[in-house]
This record gives sequence, C-alpha cells and structure tokens, in this order.
Amino acid sequence: MAKTILDIRGLRKTYGQHEVLKGVDCAVQEGEVIAIIGSSGSGKTTMLRCINMLEEFQGGTISLDGEEIGYHVEGTARRRKSEKEIARQRALTGMAFQQFNLFPHMTAAENVMLGLIKVKKMAKFEARAIAETWLDRVGLASRVDHYPGQLSGGQQQRVAIARAIAMAPRLMLFDEVTSALDPELVGEVLQVIKGLAADGMTMLLVTHEMRFAYEVSSRVIFMNQGVICEEGNPKEMFVRPKTERLAEFLKTSSFN
Amino acid sequence: MGYTLNFGAVWRNFDFLLHGLMLSLGLAVTSILIGAAIGLVLAFALISKNRFAVVPARLYVTVLRNLPILVLVLFAYFALPQMGFRLDKIKSFVLVLSVYSGAYLAEVFRAGLLSIPKGLTEAGLAIGLTSMQIRTSIIAPLMVRNVLPSLSSTVISLFKDTSLAAAIAVPELTFAARKINVESFRVIETWMITSALYVATCFLIAALLRFVERRLALPR
Repeated sequence: MAKTILDIRGLRKTYGQHEVLKGVDCAVQEGEVIAIIGSSGSGKTTMLRCINMLEEFQGGTISLDGEEIGYHVEGTARRRKSEKEIARQRALTGMAFQQFNLFPHMTAAENVMLGLIKVKKMAKFEARAIAETWLDRVGLASRVDHYPGQLSGGQQQRVAIARAIAMAPRLMLFDEVTSALDPELVGEVLQVIKGLAADGMTMLLVTHEMRFAYEVSSRVIFMNQGVICEEGNPKEMFVRPKTERLAEFLKTSSFN
Repeated sequence: MGYTLNFGAVWRNFDFLLHGLMLSLGLAVTSILIGAAIGLVLAFALISKNRFAVVPARLYVTVLRNLPILVLVLFAYFALPQMGFRLDKIKSFVLVLSVYSGAYLAEVFRAGLLSIPKGLTEAGLAIGLTSMQIRTSIIAPLMVRNVLPSLSSTVISLFKDTSLAAAIAVPELTFAARKINVESFRVIETWMITSALYVATCFLIAALLRFVERRLALPR
C-alpha cells in the first residue's frame, strides 16, 4: 500500500470577492504522476501554487507527509506559520515554472547550487558535485558554466528542473513548463520529466500537453471552475470522459 | 581689457589644489558608499507592501529631495551642535552628503528593483530561501546591474555637491581654489584650472562606471 504524501482537504482560495478554488480535495500517493488539466481560469495553477505557499489560501488544509503546510489550525483559529517555517516547508517541494525563472546573473551550476548552499548549508564543493550530477542528468553536462542568457529556452527549463530536483524534494510541481517554449524545444523538456517519472518521483503537472498527460501520468485531474470535475486513469478519461464538461474540453484541446 | 593670463601662481600652488581634489573625492566616495547603504534599505522599503515601511521611507526621500543641500550643510554644522550633537567639519559634511545621497540613490535603486521580474523572487521562495536571502543573493545584484547605466549622472552630481563643503571651510577643491584666488589675485586662471579639474574628474568617474558596467554585464 503506497503512502499518502500530499493530502489536500477543502482547499479554498479567494481573490477579494472572486472564489478561485471552491473546496478542492485531493490525496496523492508516493510515486504518483498526476496531470492537472483544465481551461485557463479553472484554478489548476492556483492549486499548485498553494501547495508551496506562493499563494495564500483562505480555507481548508494541505498536508505534506502529515505536516500542515502554511497555517496552524486549531479549531476555528487559523494562523500563518512563521516565515522561517514556511521557507523550510517550501524546500520540501520543488517547483518548475512556465517562465523558467533562472537567476540570470548565475551560471547553470550556480543556479542549482544556491539552494544547496543557502538552504541545505552544504559546502561549496559538495553543492557543485550535486549540481554537476543533476545537470548531467538533464543532458547539460557541457553547459554547466553557461549563463541563462547563453542557453536556449529548452536548456533553461532543464536547468530550472535540475535546480528544483537537486534539493531532493518530496514532491515536484510543474506549472505549464512547456508553454513558453518553441514547439521544437518541448520534447527535450518532456523527456526529462518522463525520466523523473520513471525514477518514481512524485509529481503534479499542470499542463496543456494532452498527449504528454496521456502518456506519462498515472492519474488525470480535470479542473473546472475551481473544483475537481473529474479524475481517473488517463486511458479511461481521455477516451471515455464521464462528464459533459470534460468531453467539451477535450474536443477543444489539442488531444487527438 | 588689460588682463594678461599668468598661470604661474596657480602652478606653484597646484599641489594644494590636488590635495583639495583628493579630499573632494574622499568626501564623495565615503558619502556615496554610506548613502548607497541607506538608499538600498529605503528602496526596499519604498517597494514594500507594508505601510509602516513605505510611509517613513517616502517621507525621508521627499523631505531630503526638497531641501537645498547648502541648507543641510549649514544646518548640520551650525545648528546640530546647539542641539548637543557636535561633529567636526568633515564628519558633519559627510553626514549631510550621506543622508542626502541616500534619498537620491533610493529613487534610482527603486526604479532598478521594479524592473526585476517577480518570478525570480518566486523561484527563490520555491527552493526555500528566506526573503532576506532572496534580496541579498538575487535581487540586489541584479538591481545594481539594472541601475549602473543611469547611476553615473547621480554619482557625478553628488561628487559636484562636495564643493558646498567650502561653505564650512572644509579644504576641498573649491575651498583650496578660493584660497589661491585670494592670495594670488589670479582670478581667471584659478577658476579656469579648478573648472578643468572638476570636468576631468567627472569624465573619469563616468568612464570608471562604464568600465564596471561592462565588467558586470551578463554574457549572452
């Protein structure tokens, strides 16, 4: 029986009057690869960002390895954890972004090393060794000392994934990591993610690549208007959607 | 006009002028370095979402930018001792120019901070860095690169402001020139040479900053 890594219960998030997440429940087992799909504005990226507290949330709980993320909840009282505590919790998850967000004044290796040195308090040589290992894993052994400005979009995104993975997170979050890439560079990034899936890394991927979601995920979550509308096995869901909404969405998306 | 140029008196006292120039540079460098530290803190306060940081920082910048620096110089040298805060001439001037440059540099730095993509902060947070670590390792180094091209006019202007130290008899370049002028009566020659020294120094400062800018430029 696989162990539950992530447990989201009744997650609610509002921006002023507008409710973006209207009570999301979701449990993730160790080793699962979950693709989160849905039209823009469905709340899928927001949910991902709540998991590492890049977004505050107003209701519900998120627990990672049984530890509540972001807030102390006692009865009805709810208090944001300290900045230091939240930083520690964020390091438990890794995240890759649509826009890569590499630190432009640091080489590929330095980008990967920063967290290892500042957060994990590693010695420089130790961090360098880990950075080289992971950059090699994502196929960039020859680009270790290049600056982001000297790398293609696909290479930058692979450095960004190496930077997240090198921290040895319990869970990886991918937020539309191929959306900003030229079509011919998408494949190399998806290849890296496939490799991580094969290693047994637990992953949540927000994606528009339906073909990729179909191939790599063990479970698909379809979000619509701030709730999980349908979820299940990709082989089932993409072929025989149960809800009208999903059928509609699949028709307009690129999967075919 | 019966005035014949004769630079002899000025050349004989050239050492004295150069010493003055060195002191001017010393005042400028010290004050701008302290001012940069003040400006950096203020710039982060100005862009913060916390009102208790924004309001005092905005107040500081607004008040100082609306005061003539000569008034500040005289205030610090003559009024502060009356309030029990006694400093010698040089320290008093450095205090004023530091506080003053802090206000100007804060605005320059603020503009540099605003152009840094928010995603970089989020990437820092996502790997578990604290806000302070993000500021020191990511934001500040990038901000410096952003502002270098526009920094030289502010720095040059602050360097020129050191001439106001002459008002409280700090023996910097302007004061030294005035002394030579008074003792030699070579009015035109003295102020011509002094002006040339200011212009040349400002050119050197601009060239130095362009050099730093090129050295820090990100490879692409």
